[in-house]
Amino acid sequence: MLFVLETVISGALAGIMYSLVALGFVLIFKASGVFNFSQGVMALFAALTLVGLLSGTIPFTNTDNPALALPVWAAIPLTIFVMFIVAVLIEKFILRHLVNQEHIILFMAMVGLTYVFEGVGDMMWGSDVKVLDLGLPQGAWDWLFDTHDLYVEKIEMVAAATAAVLVTVLAVFFQKTRIGRALRAVADDHQAALSVGISLRNIWIIVWSAAGIVALAAGVMWGAKSGVQFSLSLIALKALPVLILGGFTSIPGAIVGGLIIGIGEKLVEVFSGELIAAAFAGLIEIDPGVFSATENWFAYVLALFFLMFRPQGLFGEKIIERV
Amino acid sequence: MKLRNWILAAAAAVVALPLAAGSARAYELTIPSMDYRTGPYAPNGIPFANGWTDYFTMLNERDGGINGVKIKMVPCETAYNTKKGVECYEKTKKAGSGALVYQPLSTGITYQLIPKASVDKIPIHSMGYGRTSAANGKVFKWVFNFPATYWSQASALVKYIGEKEGGMDKLKGKKIHLVYHNSAYGKEPIRTLEKLSEKHGFAFKALAVDHPGQEQKATWLKIRRDKPDWILLWGWGVMNQVAIKEAVSIRFPMDRFIGVWWSGSENDVKPSGMAAKGYLSGAFHQPGKNFQAHRDILKYLYDAGKAPHPDFKDRVGEVLYNRGLVAAMWNSEAIRNAMKIHGTKEITGAMMRDGLEALDVDEARLKELGLGGFTIPVKITCANHEGPGIVAVQQWDGKKWSIVSKFYEPDMAVIQPLIDEDSMKYAKENNITPRTC
Amino acid sequence: MLYRESGLFKTSYAADQVIFPIPQDRWGILAILAIAFVGVPLIMDDYWANAVFIPFLIYSLAALGLNILTGYCGQLSLGTGGFLAVGGYSSYKLMTSFPELDMLLVLGGAGATTALVGLLFGLPCLRIKGFYLVVATLAAQFFIIWLFYKVPWFYNYNATGQISVVPREALGFLVTTQRADPVVRYLFVLSIVVVFALAAKNMVRGRFGRMWMAIRDMDIAAELIGIRPYMMKLTAFAVSSFYIGVAGALIFAVWLGAAESGETYGIDESFLVLFMIIVGGLGSVLGSFLGAAFIVLMPIGLKNLLVDGFGMTAVLAKHIEITAFGVLIIFFLIVEPHGLARLWQIIKEKLRLWPYPH
Repeated sequence: MLFVLETVISGALAGIMYSLVALGFVLIFKASGVFNFSQGVMALFAALTLVGLLSGTIPFTNTDNPALALPVWAAIPLTIFVMFIVAVLIEKFILRHLVNQEHIILFMAMVGLTYVFEGVGDMMWGSDVKVLDLGLPQGAWDWLFDTHDLYVEKIEMVAAATAAVLVTVLAVFFQKTRIGRALRAVADDHQAALSVGISLRNIWIIVWSAAGIVALAAGVMWGAKSGVQFSLSLIALKALPVLILGGFTSIPGAIVGGLIIGIGEKLVEVFSGELIAAAFAGLIEIDPGVFSATENWFAYVLALFFLMFRPQGLFGEKIIERV
Repeated sequence: MKLRNWILAAAAAVVALPLAAGSARAYELTIPSMDYRTGPYAPNGIPFANGWTDYFTMLNERDGGINGVKIKMVPCETAYNTKKGVECYEKTKKAGSGALVYQPLSTGITYQLIPKASVDKIPIHSMGYGRTSAANGKVFKWVFNFPATYWSQASALVKYIGEKEGGMDKLKGKKIHLVYHNSAYGKEPIRTLEKLSEKHGFAFKALAVDHPGQEQKATWLKIRRDKPDWILLWGWGVMNQVAIKEAVSIRFPMDRFIGVWWSGSENDVKPSGMAAKGYLSGAFHQPGKNFQAHRDILKYLYDAGKAPHPDFKDRVGEVLYNRGLVAAMWNSEAIRNAMKIHGTKEITGAMMRDGLEALDVDEARLKELGLGGFTIPVKITCANHEGPGIVAVQQWDGKKWSIVSKFYEPDMAVIQPLIDEDSMKYAKENNITPRTC
Repeated sequence: MLYRESGLFKTSYAADQVIFPIPQDRWGILAILAIAFVGVPLIMDDYWANAVFIPFLIYSLAALGLNILTGYCGQLSLGTGGFLAVGGYSSYKLMTSFPELDMLLVLGGAGATTALVGLLFGLPCLRIKGFYLVVATLAAQFFIIWLFYKVPWFYNYNATGQISVVPREALGFLVTTQRADPVVRYLFVLSIVVVFALAAKNMVRGRFGRMWMAIRDMDIAAELIGIRPYMMKLTAFAVSSFYIGVAGALIFAVWLGAAESGETYGIDESFLVLFMIIVGGLGSVLGSFLGAAFIVLMPIGLKNLLVDGFGMTAVLAKHIEITAFGVLIIFFLIVEPHGLARLWQIIKEKLRLWPYPH
């Protein structure tokens, strides 16, 4: 029983890790209707920049100069500033020229952006595995592990706390501030927002910067687990089912979606093999080992199942069709 | 509008460039280098590619090539992608004076090149990876996978475990889990380990992790539940780092956690650092740079400013760097052999194959090469393209790797039938009559 | 002056219904076919076959298939890689189980199998729409790849799950494995692609194509004018999967000669084929070819230019190539969001008016 609880907790925390990535998608989709495929590689780029600044890497040379290494309190704001610059550039060179295009075209442009990030990121910071040391706690939570034999990873608790803070801040930002209202107006109707004097450009820069900050948080959390390296960009694929399940436009949806997917896939991965083998025992022999590495597809099947009942995602805006 | 058309036209013209570039030059020993310095596996690909390139370049700088013939490296970026691998192969096979040997550096690419090798008459050296049954030289005339295959390695690692448990008979009732990359590469050892578990009576279970392996919590929860005595890791890329980190987190004893030789480099343990102390992995060569060959590389390349990748200087001697180096060493020896056998300095791929098949690098020769004690002696025969097949275990002490065991002979009684079965199946499907050796 | 419709009088319904109503188009197509069937084989060698023409043609076929589903019927799919895998693995099973089977029949069988699988995963398409439908196709993608790793029957119980092609003939010509002549392999792929492209061209301008497009433009409106959306979406899934299945079989049997589900048919393939149709032009047969040409040939061209032309190191060239590839995609989208096919159309419009621009 305890082990089931442990699986559920681990699943929930892993799900939150997915949500961190999905949040960035939601932010941008909400404000600009752009499906930002490059969110994963943005997380990589942000984390690479942070590591580069922390270790004093000179961009484009692949060499470190320890004299240039920045302390954490300076490196994080500077990374955020870099992400802001990136947001400005994206607005200036891409979004501005693609206003009012179809979703799929914008999506494709974001894919192009992904390639640019990949190439530039690698050239600037090199392609080695980099250790990201922000002093975040590592390993199992000792007290639970020793006294209750319950395994919960500390870094994931930190990630969960970060996600909670981010969601709160974003919710307050969207609901209570002037810019937040403008953001919601833009999300509702570009044209109407423009006509009451809201600057689309500024809004987009703000949203992309916010997504950059979320990307940094995601990059730091995932990077702490595996070292900062190219594979970090592939987490976008794990965030996709979360995003679809939660609905493209809902911030709470990203979190709830993450929890459902995380818990569901872990339970299935850990228990399904034995259960199915036991269920068919005597009929046909099934090797429980067949049901491993199921997580990738199961996340989508689970999302598909939910969508059959709510085609707009759990928290997505209802799709109204008129002729 | 015009500009756009021009761009398109230029792009089309560029595709035609490699054909025009094939003009006549003086003979050079042409070694294609199938690097992968980009993409998800780049952290592993870079050190190997540098070791491979540096050794050949050092021969050029120090000795003026091999027997006075310069070596020409032809790098091509595969990004560990089989489709780019094909393009690279076709592009480089006629480069310079004709490619001599391929080191495909990916199981997928190797499988594609195996049928091409016999047609194009260029041998393949898939060093310890690729198709294991290619060890049967009677069927796979053009493919070499010395010094040891995954199957030999799986068997050697089980022997190590047996030794630590106090004898092979003590394995009965023990639990050994395999955490593997869900791909052809990761599946390689499963059949061998299943056979061994029948033979020695240990309980075996294989747990797959999907590419890329960023998230493996479920796998490690299963391990926590099953509490295996030993874990084997057949991982690659980010999967290694995450697996080691997870093992540390669940406090699995690191000295009972053994990786394949692709899961045992500095990159893999670096994110865990000291916490990974005691972690083990397979090995067939020494880590470190305390060898004459390394000193020559530093002297003739890095200090002379002739290194192809000068920023790598501090990392010379890493495990994967040395793996690239040892591959280059064996291939350069095969070139020497080929020159001797055929009495010419202008060898072809087919002659290179003869050189590889007659390869015999013993300890005395290693000493002459400035690599005394660096690796195991290798002797190839017509029937056996795997060579010695012996594997040792190296350990991470928190700062560096070092070999901590003897070299274990694989259990050929179990492996040889598997090799014969798989290679004969291939021969039958492709209408190959095995050679008589 | 050279390219115009004036003076072209149609005197029969047949003349009104031909595929290419303008004579210059007909000549152009014939010229291209002549070059493809006669000219190109003259320069064909292993490099041109394996690195340029065969992948280009096969990806054109896959893009054509996806374009039927996404471009004409408006159903976004990211399951292409999975469907390619079904094609590849079913061709392997057919080749090894029935050694006497002609390659053409193998391809047909592979396509039919894939069409069935496509139908199955298309079932949710009535309920789920737009970007949300991506989840169904992604489920297909990941599930199929997983299945081919996990069930040994699909790869004939090989030690590793790699499948390797065996020598097979089509109409008496050896077309698979490296022993086959590159010219023969090229012509084999070319013939198949030409036949399928003509079939697609006819399909999309006929009854089916019009119904698909009506659904793409607005499925509720289409339903009101008497089109059954579910049936039409499912036929689009089936036809599209058939094309993709054949392409998958060709990738395995004729181009690569060996395959591994996740490596050869991974999610990257799904994206790649989607890029092709977006860059080439959604809802355009020509666009499928242009897109495939762009995505397949551009990286090779850039690489050759940077490495051989400018003498860059392979790795720097690769990084620049990735970046430039991204920049070019964005550039083309900004210049012409409707793809390369639309560019061609604009050129045609201008040609009609030339030399009088107004």
